[in-house]
Amino acid sequence: MTQLILEQALNGLQFGLMLFLLAAGLTLVFGIMDCINLAHGSLYMVGAYFVAAAAQAADSFWIGLGAGVAGAAVLGLLLELSLFRQLYQRDHLSQVLATFALILIANEAVRMIWGPAPLMLNPPEALSGPVELPLFGDTFFYPAYRLVIIAFGLGVGGLLYLLVARSRVGMWVRAGAANREMTEALGINVRALFTAVFVFGAALCALAGGLLGPLLAVQVGMGESILILAFVVIIIGGIGSIRGALVGALIVGTVDTLGRALLPTLLRAALPADAASTLGPALASILIYLLMAAILFFKPQGLFPARA
Amino acid sequence: MTLRLTALAAALLLPPLLTGSAHAADKIKVGFVSTLSGPGAGLGVDIRDGFNLAMKQLGGKLGNLPAEVIIADDQQNPDVAKQAADKFLKKDKVDFMTGIVFSNIMLAVGPTVFENKTFYISANAGPSQYAGEQCNPYFFNVAWQNDNLHEAVGKVVQDKGFKDVLIVTPNYPGGKDAVSGFKRFYKGKTEEIYTKLGQLDYAAELAQIRAAKPDALFFFLPGGMGINFVKQFVSAGLSRDTQLFAPGFSADEDVIKAVGAPMMGMFNSSHWAHDMDNAENKRFVAEFQKEYSRLPSLYASQGYDAALMMDAAVRDVKGKVEDKAALQKALEAKRFKSVRGDFKFNSNHYPVQNYYLRAIGKDAQGRVTNKTMGTIFTNHADAYVSQCKMK
Repeated sequence: MTQLILEQALNGLQFGLMLFLLAAGLTLVFGIMDCINLAHGSLYMVGAYFVAAAAQAADSFWIGLGAGVAGAAVLGLLLELSLFRQLYQRDHLSQVLATFALILIANEAVRMIWGPAPLMLNPPEALSGPVELPLFGDTFFYPAYRLVIIAFGLGVGGLLYLLVARSRVGMWVRAGAANREMTEALGINVRALFTAVFVFGAALCALAGGLLGPLLAVQVGMGESILILAFVVIIIGGIGSIRGALVGALIVGTVDTLGRALLPTLLRAALPADAASTLGPALASILIYLLMAAILFFKPQGLFPARA
Repeated sequence: MTLRLTALAAALLLPPLLTGSAHAADKIKVGFVSTLSGPGAGLGVDIRDGFNLAMKQLGGKLGNLPAEVIIADDQQNPDVAKQAADKFLKKDKVDFMTGIVFSNIMLAVGPTVFENKTFYISANAGPSQYAGEQCNPYFFNVAWQNDNLHEAVGKVVQDKGFKDVLIVTPNYPGGKDAVSGFKRFYKGKTEEIYTKLGQLDYAAELAQIRAAKPDALFFFLPGGMGINFVKQFVSAGLSRDTQLFAPGFSADEDVIKAVGAPMMGMFNSSHWAHDMDNAENKRFVAEFQKEYSRLPSLYASQGYDAALMMDAAVRDVKGKVEDKAALQKALEAKRFKSVRGDFKFNSNHYPVQNYYLRAIGKDAQGRVTNKTMGTIFTNHADAYVSQCKMK
């Protein structure tokens, strides 16, 4: 049982950290620029396709990952300069409409370029097996690739934290999230800052897409389902807060993974087998939304609101 | 043009069900709605390619009449499938429909098709509902009833003496059929894990499998779900102590192509195999490889058979597809030669046929592929036929 819980905790951590990479960009764009970007999931999808295509061309996962992330950053830059700049001053409805249109365009474009069948992205050969981890004098096996994802997530997360909490640029970003007009009045070039944040968010999306590619499948529409989770994360964490995004992502990742694994078992102990097998999976899939509702009930601004 | 106008006038003037005065159609239309994108796309693509190969061999004709096949992608979404089916039925006025992969989509689309009195020839989905109480004269399944392949694996697992089996299946009608089929012939201890349909990350389930330590694992995860599951199962180091069993759906060429060597040694069940020794199958496998440069899967064989079945029935009624009663009789008679060898239709329009055991290994050319090991069931019928009162 300890092994099951430990392994699930690692799985939850892995999933949560990937959600964090997505939610970080989304929360900054939403928090600082007050811009709802529904196409954030499309950046994740297009980033994953870039990584998969580059990895196939170069026959190396790592080169593919680097090239894909760079490609997505360039795409993010072009999008920000051409489209998002026009949207910041508009109301939320226009932003939702425009970015929803982007989702449709991105999905069809990807379908036209890479076809409807999912692309297969394989992890590097050396990481395709399991590794043995120690556990209270005993050992257990865990997939090496998932450990690498956790390491990546922790590394990027730590870097992001230092950048936002300790650096000067980070201070501007936090200031922008708290009060945009005042930051501008203090002489910060908010326009350039917005572009940088957007590009950075796009690169993080592609990183998450590329890293998750071998575990999931690189396919049309992969962005929408994860976008909903990313929104749940930033709403739980508090819009505009990096710390909130991290905590929210870890909560959502852990609750989703543990819920899927433990709820059916617990229900089976309490209910007749038939009812448990129907109720278990259904309940596990709505668990995070129940959690979000509960958190919003007690803290309507989320756990770590950026605007005091 | 005049011919078409006459046909149009006839269609307008005559109530369509005055069967005595049915004219021979000048063209046969087939509505093909299938899953052609997303993780389930491999299945739909194989069914489509098998169907198209048969159409090509028939010279683009069904029963000597020129045929038009209209293809739509349901994106594995019941609503999208329903819209496509509505268009086929109301606007295109198709004579047959086929192609649906997933049972939840079949159950969503079925009622509209049957109400419209259009024959649906299922080349895959075989839900228990349509085999039992909700059986319908307009529904035929040319493949199998959902439970059947799972029943066959259940028998094998039981005979091999396994006592503690874990079942992993998606939470949808086909998954429920899988569990009841497997348990009908396997009597030992079981535990079930239900996943979301279309789920791709199995970390949580694999941890449960590791904790449960079953003797054998039976998984029914078609398409991309199975590909990801087996890959992650192997990379989690579970393949060392757990024997894998699957229905043919989770162990055919689409999955083998993506996963490769880790699949070796896996047992699975099927009603068809590419190494079956009959003239029709040899021709089908050879021409499929020539056309698409890959081995066909069971899905492709089912699509191929669906086209042959329509062809034979249209020929039987001499093109008078408006005479629904005669067409139904012709379909029931099954006058085509299936690539799986001989089979016949039961009173619920599902096949009575043999099921075989296959094992994955290297063939003479060094390819990782399925090899037929023996027969599990002979002339096997589904368990729901007694509940079917065909009107």
